Amino acid sequence: MKPKNQRLILVAAALLAVLVAVLLAMWGLREQAAYFLTPADIVAGKAEPGRAVRLGGMVEAGSIQRQADGVSIRFTLTDGKARTPVLFRGIVPDLFREGSGAVAEGRIQDGTFVADTILAKHDERYMPPELGNLSAEHKAGKTLDQ
Amino acid sequence: MIAEAGLAALWLAAGLAALQLIMGMAALRREIDAGPTIRSVAVVQGALTVIAFAMLLLVFARTDLSVALVFENSHSAKPFIYKVAGAWGNHEGSMLLWVTVLAASGAVLALLSRRVGERTLIAALAAQAALALGFYAFLLIASNPFARLDPAPLEGRGLNPLLQDPGLAFHPPTLYLGYVGLSVAFSLAVGALLTQEVDSRLGRAMRPWVLAAWIMLTLGITAGSYWAYYELGWGGWWFWDPVENASLMPWLAATALLHSINVLAARGALKAWTMMLAVIAFSMSMVGTFLVRSGVLTSVHAFAIDPERGTFLLALLAIYVGAAFTLFAVRGATLKEGAPFELVSRESGLVVNNLLLSVILAIVFLGTLYPLFVEAISGEKLSVGAPYFNVVAGPLALILAVLVGIGPLLTWRRERRPVWGKLQVPAVFAVVALTVTIILAPHIGILPRLGLVVAAFLAAASILPLVGRNALRAPVETWGMVLAHLGIAVALAGMAANAAFTSERLAVATFGDVLRVGPWLVQLEGVAPTAGPNWTAIEAQLRASRGSAPIVLRPQTRYFSDPPTETNEAAIRTFWNGQLYTVIGKPDPSGAWQLRLWWKPFVTLIWAGGGIIALGGALGLVGRALRAWRVRRKREPDWRRRYA
Repeated sequence: MKPKNQRLILVAAALLAVLVAVLLAMWGLREQAAYFLTPADIVAGKAEPGRAVRLGGMVEAGSIQRQADGVSIRFTLTDGKARTPVLFRGIVPDLFREGSGAVAEGRIQDGTFVADTILAKHDERYMPPELGNLSAEHKAGKTLDQ
Repeated sequence: MIAEAGLAALWLAAGLAALQLIMGMAALRREIDAGPTIRSVAVVQGALTVIAFAMLLLVFARTDLSVALVFENSHSAKPFIYKVAGAWGNHEGSMLLWVTVLAASGAVLALLSRRVGERTLIAALAAQAALALGFYAFLLIASNPFARLDPAPLEGRGLNPLLQDPGLAFHPPTLYLGYVGLSVAFSLAVGALLTQEVDSRLGRAMRPWVLAAWIMLTLGITAGSYWAYYELGWGGWWFWDPVENASLMPWLAATALLHSINVLAARGALKAWTMMLAVIAFSMSMVGTFLVRSGVLTSVHAFAIDPERGTFLLALLAIYVGAAFTLFAVRGATLKEGAPFELVSRESGLVVNNLLLSVILAIVFLGTLYPLFVEAISGEKLSVGAPYFNVVAGPLALILAVLVGIGPLLTWRRERRPVWGKLQVPAVFAVVALTVTIILAPHIGILPRLGLVVAAFLAAASILPLVGRNALRAPVETWGMVLAHLGIAVALAGMAANAAFTSERLAVATFGDVLRVGPWLVQLEGVAPTAGPNWTAIEAQLRASRGSAPIVLRPQTRYFSDPPTETNEAAIRTFWNGQLYTVIGKPDPSGAWQLRLWWKPFVTLIWAGGGIIALGGALGLVGRALRAWRVRRKREPDWRRRYA
């Protein structure tokens, strides 16, 4: 093979690889990316049933209820505008508390958000930016209510 | 005084970096003859950063609370090892470590490099100085680790308890050695593009750097994975967290570079491609640093959310990556092609390896950055996690693993004989693995099953380069390659076995209850308080048995007061065929406790595989160094005199 042809083939192969990668990534992202929603978005119907999303909000005070099986809990996430009931089976993170922020990963089933994973803020200094904004909005919402 | 000495050393080092850059540019324009001087400047600059870093370690070891960073991240009651390791368990300290490794690598390059031409070395040292300058500026302007507090507080705020772990002493330094070690490959590529001396000599000069950085990256990622696995208590070993991807991307690029550099070193081919990979590899390190350090992502690695720092890092990233790619665009097309090769040859095998690795890299890159793009453009928030990466990158990784078994069997330039004959034994292994998994475990997922089959194939195929010859007389680097490829098979087997066969049990137990998980019967015997040097804990006592003598596990929930935090300490017991992983949760009002139990067959193979891969790399490094030394001794019998 002539060196010049060889270079052309290599360049073509590299371009093809990049194209394949981008197409694969676009396909995967369309199918698999999980949107971050708030309870208000859920009420507005932004969540397709059955599709994985992340739901962020504050755990409403007094809403955590342990279920009869001992390992499931129900609680309500709120963003000040709307409330979404959440069902979760598993051990909650150490900093999961009423009145503090949490992100639930899962999907909407019959009006309840069934969570596979619960993330809570790590400690005072580590706050997910999503929740950082949210608590600011939440506070703003509260002051407006008052 | 200590902190001021450290700060002074940093400023001096920054000044020397500026000098190194200016002298390098002047020398390249043939205005001055500065080779030896630039080498000395680079060495002194490296030594100064090491001094600055030692000063930081010292203030942390002494818990000097008048230094703001110590106050923010340390506490007098902390165990000594975490006081010292805490020096890099924060933003400023870890950036200082970054810069120290960068400058020290430049120093070692200046000291040891004899393989490249003098002009290329000068250009590379100038490039290294340019890199260092930006990061000195970042440290001194936006992240000064030595800032003082007046008056000094009485007590520090403490270190995030998740970081109070032996992993902190090992994971960040190895990862940084890998991340930043790649800067030398970047600088050598930039230097060679400037002087237009891209040849096999450059490939041989670059190879030990890439290999050493890659070994460190492999070790750092493996250690980080195991640390997250046992510390976070989620029972997972890889979460496709953007921060993990930030370390995976340079590793993928470095792996591709490691292979293409062999083509450059052995055959003088793939010049432009190798130079581009060298640029991309360190660019990925910088992207990783930006992702982790700028605060755009949230994780235990993001120490502070500070837009100013993020913008600064983004600007540095844009300048360096932009400049390197511009240079590549100008000079890349002028590179002469090296030795030609046929379609079926070792070279084209390595090209395919590179293309697949690049595709996987692009997929990880796009998946990691997509949420940031979307949020920047539309304000919508989304996350891309395991479903995307597993589905899109997983099959490609499996294809790559199959080809890893085949590629080394090809000969350079042109393969005359069909390789299929050699692959009969591995093919039998694959078929046997497929049959056995279908009979014994009919219900496992398609990806884990394929993983086990490919692992069996690769395990057999990877040792073929040593078969049919006197294995003991084979070059050490061949052993290294075989070992590294075998390590992939081992790690893959661990990943697939963990995905396919893990049993999980989540339950509420009162004292005396017995739970079954996999082959184990686990009994909750009691729960009692306990205490450590700077924490108190609730500790469960679990008695586990599977026929033979029972064992006792004690998972804890720990409470730290500085800062006030709870952490889960999983109790894990390792056996030859897997790990029993136990976590205690919260009590319910009736006094029953939540327990989470996993039996994870062969999960340890994942990290054992990572270790074997790194060991293979180390053999390659040592083997090549020994050979170079022997050749030099033969060619230059009185070489010692050069150093007298």
